[in-house]
Amino acid sequence: MATAPILIRAETISREYRLGEAVIRAVDEVSLTVEKGQFLALLGSSGSGKSTLLNLLAGLDRPTSGAIRVQGRNLAELNAEELARYRRETVGMVFQSFNLLPRMTLEENVELPLRLAEVDRYERESRVGEALERVRLGPRRRHRPSELSGGEQQRGALARALVNRPAILFADEPTGNLDSVNGEEILLLLREFQHSLGMTIILVTHERPLAERFANRIAVLSDGKLVSDGAQP
Amino acid sequence: MKARDLTELALRNLREAVLRNSLTTLGVAVGVASLVAMLSLGIGLQALASQRLTRSGLFDAVFVTAQRNLRGARRPQAADSAPKKEARVLDDDVRQQLAKLPDVTEVYPQIRFFTEVRYADKTPTTTVLGLPESSRASGAFEGMTGSYFSSPTADEVILQLEFAKELADPPSTLVGKNLILRYAERAALSKGAGEDSSFFGEMISAAMPAGISIVPREKTLRIVGVIESDPSAGIGGFGGGRVFLPLKTAEQLHAAQPDDLQALMSGAAAKPSYMALTVRVRAPKNVPAVEASIKQMGFGTFSLLDATKSLRLVFTVFDLFLGLFGSLALTVASLGIINTLVMAILERRREIGVLKALGATDRDVRRLFFAEAGAMGLCGGIFGVVLGWLIGWALTWGTTIYLHRQDLPGVKISYVPWWLALGAVGFAIVVSLVAGLYPAARAARLHPVEALRYE
Repeated sequence: MATAPILIRAETISREYRLGEAVIRAVDEVSLTVEKGQFLALLGSSGSGKSTLLNLLAGLDRPTSGAIRVQGRNLAELNAEELARYRRETVGMVFQSFNLLPRMTLEENVELPLRLAEVDRYERESRVGEALERVRLGPRRRHRPSELSGGEQQRGALARALVNRPAILFADEPTGNLDSVNGEEILLLLREFQHSLGMTIILVTHERPLAERFANRIAVLSDGKLVSDGAQP
Repeated sequence: MKARDLTELALRNLREAVLRNSLTTLGVAVGVASLVAMLSLGIGLQALASQRLTRSGLFDAVFVTAQRNLRGARRPQAADSAPKKEARVLDDDVRQQLAKLPDVTEVYPQIRFFTEVRYADKTPTTTVLGLPESSRASGAFEGMTGSYFSSPTADEVILQLEFAKELADPPSTLVGKNLILRYAERAALSKGAGEDSSFFGEMISAAMPAGISIVPREKTLRIVGVIESDPSAGIGGFGGGRVFLPLKTAEQLHAAQPDDLQALMSGAAAKPSYMALTVRVRAPKNVPAVEASIKQMGFGTFSLLDATKSLRLVFTVFDLFLGLFGSLALTVASLGIINTLVMAILERRREIGVLKALGATDRDVRRLFFAEAGAMGLCGGIFGVVLGWLIGWALTWGTTIYLHRQDLPGVKISYVPWWLALGAVGFAIVVSLVAGLYPAARAARLHPVEALRYE
């Protein structure tokens, strides 16, 4: 495990917000490395800065200071266009509130990243089918999100996140809106992707038991600072 | 994102908020419709006016007269010093030459003579006028009782309404009946051929190298139509006729005309010649060139300035104002588009966030909103053109009904040419895109994290 190459290297990154006169440091000089194929859980209470850190690593936001190096690029220095490309090609994302577009059917939702990446129309179809099979939603491909259960919606979101075959999959409280059975199913799927597809998984959660069961490594944040970081057996 | 995917997404988004987007599109359509209706009205009226003017024969005609050098006639010896320029006579050869000039459609003399008309027991006297073929297209015969001459050489007459009333009441019963024209035929006399031994005859023979004799004749003609207005137009004072014949038929009668005496005095009577000829050209713009070449041939010419030109200017200003009012409606519609799209941004903030999280660039988002605005413009434009055309059609229809009630022929007052239809759709798209500029830029600027946080 220790010999795996490093995929993400965050170097003393901070993210500050200005609220009137006050400056809030959501992420405070965090340094962190993630190896390829790792399942990392970012653990912390609400407001600890774990989601902000995830947004920085996923290229949705830029750090106020510090550098984030992924595959030789410093995300802090990329322009909006390059950052979008990073999100499109390297990253997959799953959110707490699923975020499937309600106007589209499940398969159209899953197809969306492929459209954005300008993948050929014929190839799209097979990749969408493959992704939906992986999350066992093949028969429900023509349903709209509103016709799916919470667990199904999140599985659909997972299919959308992996359809582009990203190197890293970010999951921001993916079980937050689900019951324990469905939540567990999601995490099982994440672990399956980690093992069968060799994906690197970064999970943000506040549920320590889940993190301990599924992650290889747990990093704990508090008040924007990394307070502990350790591998799981 | 590829253009096709973008279009698909945009149309799908439009379909989802169908009521709001339909209303916005309808707004654009009404704007375009008012623009199209206003401009089609302007164009239609302009076409109508210039068509009438063009067909009136006022601006596409050159009046040709024989040029006589009166000074030269008095002092023939002066001709030696200057290149001798023959005073040319307007005869049949010249008439054919004129007809062969480029852009000339018709060359005809003015034939007008007095006659006595016999119908039933009535014998009124009146003026007969020969009508050239081009008068068929002048629009003056629209709405006439009966029909136009069956051929350019038909033995047929059309009567002016007031005159027809003198013969029969109601005048429409005259159509199909025959009448007799009694007129004076002009026959050329060769020198010495006149065996008139009277004092008057002797005097005329003495005064002129050749003369004419006048013989009373009769001609039976069929009445084919009765017309209310005065169909004769063009330069040369064609008005005043009350019985109309085809020009060729009238020419064959060789009736003595008021200007025969003048022709006699000029010494040109031996050979049939014309006092004046009217040359009709294809379009008013051909008049200057044709007039110049006729002058070169050594004849006097006269034409009216092309009034259609100033008419066009007036109508351009008119169209501009109509277009301005139409555009006002379109401006209001474009505010509707801005409103709809800005609302859509608020409503679809989260969607924009998701798109960005999945890797959409600012440009993708901007283009998506742009495509939606453009699609509303396109649909609104097409629908608006159809609506505008229908309004124009309704105006024409209403006007025609009104005109028919006044016993006048209907006219087409609204006209949508293809360039107006295409231009209006294009304009609607451009206006919509401009309206989409701000919302699209705003949507593209949204920060993905903030957009995703939005509930």
